Amino acid sequence: MSAVSRRQILLQLGGAIAVVGASAMLARNTAAEEAEGRVVEVDVRRFKFTPSQITVKRGEVVTLAFRSIDFVHGFNLPDMGVRADLMPGRVTKVRLQPTQAGNFAFLCDNFCGDGHETMGGNLIVEG
Amino acid sequence: MDRRHFLSLAAIGGGAVFASGLAGCTTMGSNGGGGKYSAQDFYFVQLSDVHWGYQGPDNPDAAVTLGKAVATVNALEVQPDFIVFTGDLTHTTDDPAERRRRLAEFKRIIGDLKVKDHRFMPGEHDASLDRGAAFKEFFGDTHYTFDRQGVHFIVLDNVSDPGAKLGDEQLAWLQADLEKRDKAAPIVVLTHRPLFDLVPKWDWATRDGAKAIDLLMPFQHVTVFYGHIHQEHHQMTGHIAHHSAKSLIFPLPAPGSQERRTPLPWDPAQPYKGLGFREVEADAKAASYKVTEFPVVRT
Ligand SMILES: [Fe+2]
Repeated sequence: MSAVSRRQILLQLGGAIAVVGASAMLARNTAAEEAEGRVVEVDVRRFKFTPSQITVKRGEVVTLAFRSIDFVHGFNLPDMGVRADLMPGRVTKVRLQPTQAGNFAFLCDNFCGDGHETMGGNLIVEG
Repeated sequence: MDRRHFLSLAAIGGGAVFASGLAGCTTMGSNGGGGKYSAQDFYFVQLSDVHWGYQGPDNPDAAVTLGKAVATVNALEVQPDFIVFTGDLTHTTDDPAERRRRLAEFKRIIGDLKVKDHRFMPGEHDASLDRGAAFKEFFGDTHYTFDRQGVHFIVLDNVSDPGAKLGDEQLAWLQADLEKRDKAAPIVVLTHRPLFDLVPKWDWATRDGAKAIDLLMPFQHVTVFYGHIHQEHHQMTGHIAHHSAKSLIFPLPAPGSQERRTPLPWDPAQPYKGLGFREVEADAKAASYKVTEFPVVRT
C-alpha cells in the first residue's frame, strides 16, 4: 500500500479503529505482518463482496484488504463504527480487532446501482 | 363541507388508515405558532418512492401502479393545495438515456394530476449515479425552500452524493436559511432518506444527517416528512418528529426486523398491499399536522 492510500485510510477511518501507522512501513516485513495480523483479501465489485461471510476469532487482529474493481464502493460495519471508501484500482486495508463475539452485518454504503441494496455481508466473530 | 370533517369521513368510508395523535401531529395549543403568522389550514399530498421503470417480481403491476395512484388522488373530494414527491421517482439505471426516458415518463404520468402545484426531490435511484444531473434537467434544484400559509418548507438533498451526505455546502446553506427564521416559526423539512440513524446496516441513514438535526434543534416546531424506507414510520429526535411515507412500488420490512432489507413479496390476493400515499393537513398556526394514509386504490 502506498503512503498516500494509507494516509487516506487514516483520514477516512478516524479514531474508530487502529490502522497501521506510517512509521510501521519502515519496519521490517515481519513487524508489519504482525501489526496487520491475518490478512483477508476481499474482492469488491457490483454488487457483492467476495467473500461475503468473513469469520474471525474474538480478540484476533485481522486486516481486511479490499480490492474494488469497478466503483467507489463503501465498506460500512456500523456495529463497530467502521467505514471506508473503497477506491477502484487500489487496495484499501481495514484493521479490526473485534472484542465481542457475534454476527455483524456490513454493507456497501455508497449507492452503486441497481443491486446496491443487496450488497453486503457478515463478519462472524467466534467467541 | 369542512375539510377536517370530510377527511374523517373519508378515512372511515375509504378504508384509509386514520392516524391521529401522532408525535408531532398533535395539536400543540392554539398559541403554539404565535399570532404573527397569517396561519390558515391547508393540506398537501405526499407521494414517495415510485421507482418508475422498475421491473421485477416484487411488483408485477409496476407499469400501472403510479397511474392508479394518480387516479386516486384525482378522486379525492377535496383536492390538496399541492403535492410533494419525496424521491425515488424512478428506479435507477446505468444508462443516462434510459434514466431520462424514465424521468420523462414519470413527469408525463403525474401531469395527469388535477392539482398542478408540485414539489420534487430526488432519491438515490434518481440522482446518486450522476450527482443529480438528469433530475435537475427535469425538475430543477435538488434543495430549496418554499413557504405556505406561514409554514416554511425546506427541501434537503441527501442523495446526490452517493455516500448519502448533505455535504458542508448544503449544511451551510441550511444554516444561513435558518438564521433568518423565528425560533417559533413552523418548519417542515422534506427529504428522501431519514436524517437520523434509523437502521445504518440497511443504509437507512444520512451520513451527516445529525448535523442538520443539530441546526434544526433550536427551532420549536420542526417536522420532517421523508421516504426511502417504503413504509409509514414515526420517530422523534428530541422534539423533532420524523414521518416516513409508504411507497408506490413495493413495501420493505419493518426497520431492523430481519437481516437484510429485502422487499416484502407481492401478494396476488392483495395487490398493492403496503403501498399508498398520504395526506398531510397542516394547521399552520398550531404547527400541527394531521396525517391520513390512503391506499393506491380505494374500494
Ligand atoms: Fe431511496
